[in-house]
Amino acid sequence: MTHMRGWRRSDGRKGIRNYVAVAYLVECAHHVSKEIAWPYGEAGAHVIGFPGCYPNAYALKMMQRLCTHPNVGAVLLVSLGCEGFNKKLLERTIKDSGRPVRLLAIQENGGTRATIEKGRQWVEAQLKDLAAQPTEPMEVSELVVGTICGGSDATSGLTANPAMGRAFDFLVQEKAAAIFEETGELIGMEGWMAERAITPELGDELKACVAKAARYYETLGYPSFAPGNADGGLTTIEEKSLGAYAKSGASPISGIIKPGDIPPRGGLYLLDVVPDGEVRFGFPNISDNAEIAELIACGSHVILFSTGRGSVVGSALAPVIKVCANPRTFARMADDMDVNAGRIHEGTADLDTVGREIFDLIQQVGAGAMTKSEGLGHQEFILTYKSFEPIGPACLPAVA
Amino acid sequence: MENSETDPRLLVLAPGDNIAVARLEIAAGTLLQVAGRSVTLQRAMGFGHKIALREIAAGERIVKYGAPIGSATEAIPLGGYVHSHNLASDYMASTVPVEAAL
Repeated sequence: MTHMRGWRRSDGRKGIRNYVAVAYLVECAHHVSKEIAWPYGEAGAHVIGFPGCYPNAYALKMMQRLCTHPNVGAVLLVSLGCEGFNKKLLERTIKDSGRPVRLLAIQENGGTRATIEKGRQWVEAQLKDLAAQPTEPMEVSELVVGTICGGSDATSGLTANPAMGRAFDFLVQEKAAAIFEETGELIGMEGWMAERAITPELGDELKACVAKAARYYETLGYPSFAPGNADGGLTTIEEKSLGAYAKSGASPISGIIKPGDIPPRGGLYLLDVVPDGEVRFGFPNISDNAEIAELIACGSHVILFSTGRGSVVGSALAPVIKVCANPRTFARMADDMDVNAGRIHEGTADLDTVGREIFDLIQQVGAGAMTKSEGLGHQEFILTYKSFEPIGPACLPAVA
Repeated sequence: MENSETDPRLLVLAPGDNIAVARLEIAAGTLLQVAGRSVTLQRAMGFGHKIALREIAAGERIVKYGAPIGSATEAIPLGGYVHSHNLASDYMASTVPVEAAL
């Protein structure tokens, strides 16, 4: 029996980590932020930030949610001084959450060296305070878990993804919130997915989400069904999409959220990551960490990451559990992998066994165990420009 | 959840599925247990390719991961190979010619 513990925040959520976030508010402040944080990487200082000089409502919301994420106990904001980011509003949001916050503008603090010095002093003092904060017992029902796949191969859809789907079912049974995404990879499955929605209106919204993704990717020339897919045994577009969709498990779908929206209660949620309106700012998510950052902004304490070819990434602010789909990849990159779902491929374990193992590991990580990527110091983070409309009223039906 | 009477080289992804997938390459002529019946594989199956777990009628939905992936375009016997020659998308016409897929 694993006993999870967490740090309670003023909004009632609990964190499974107690980090200091060092946040740059424009790329010009990135180097100074990295220099401030690096001596304290293992002690729990994590760098996040937004590189753009021009304001963006999505980026502001993302930064507000990330800086008040339950795994974050204190925040240092690093500004150059002249960027367009609404730093006063961000600072106010953090202060209102009850967290210690300090805003350092490099131009007003004597430049690089002096700002690094001041920043390190502040971070060191915060880490000392955070280390003394008490924890409380934490239940599975208080968890938010996100899922993503990257570096996929033919094994991903047959081993790791359905095994993570089983883990999602166990989480939802215990009233945790579980979030899946990648609407671009759900094309062909929207009709079936709509049948899983808890209301018909939510079903219509799910279909609209996938239609938006299909339109978006068509504009960008994203491939759909390739001859290589058929060589790998896939026959139809819905079958290909199911390989990715299998991560969601078999629970009813309780709602649709957008980046930065926090699930109101336990259940299974689709995170719509594709921007609204005309195609702007390029690809919706330029790499896996952009999606991971969005899942974390929705309150995810832990990310389940399925990989066949072998991704090594972790993330700032939330532990990433790597589920390796391919036994050969696992043998080659065992140091980077937390779970060997390749045993399903080899016939030495079934989906339920690996799903249960993932579910148990989530709780161990919630009790303080480090994931492989955490132990290796992976703290990747990326945030770019996007634009969203708020979700519609049918997206979060008010039923238990 | 996996049928104990089905060869361990076949993977059943969800209860109620009417197809299983090959965990690894299986040679033509191999004798396989499929849902309690002995079936001689008519052709080699690559990793990830599909085999019918029961008789499937023309027009019936093919179910994998507990979800429909299309409909059978002809009757498929138990142990029959399932791919582009007898399964079509309910969503859009397959973009891959049957010969290329086989």
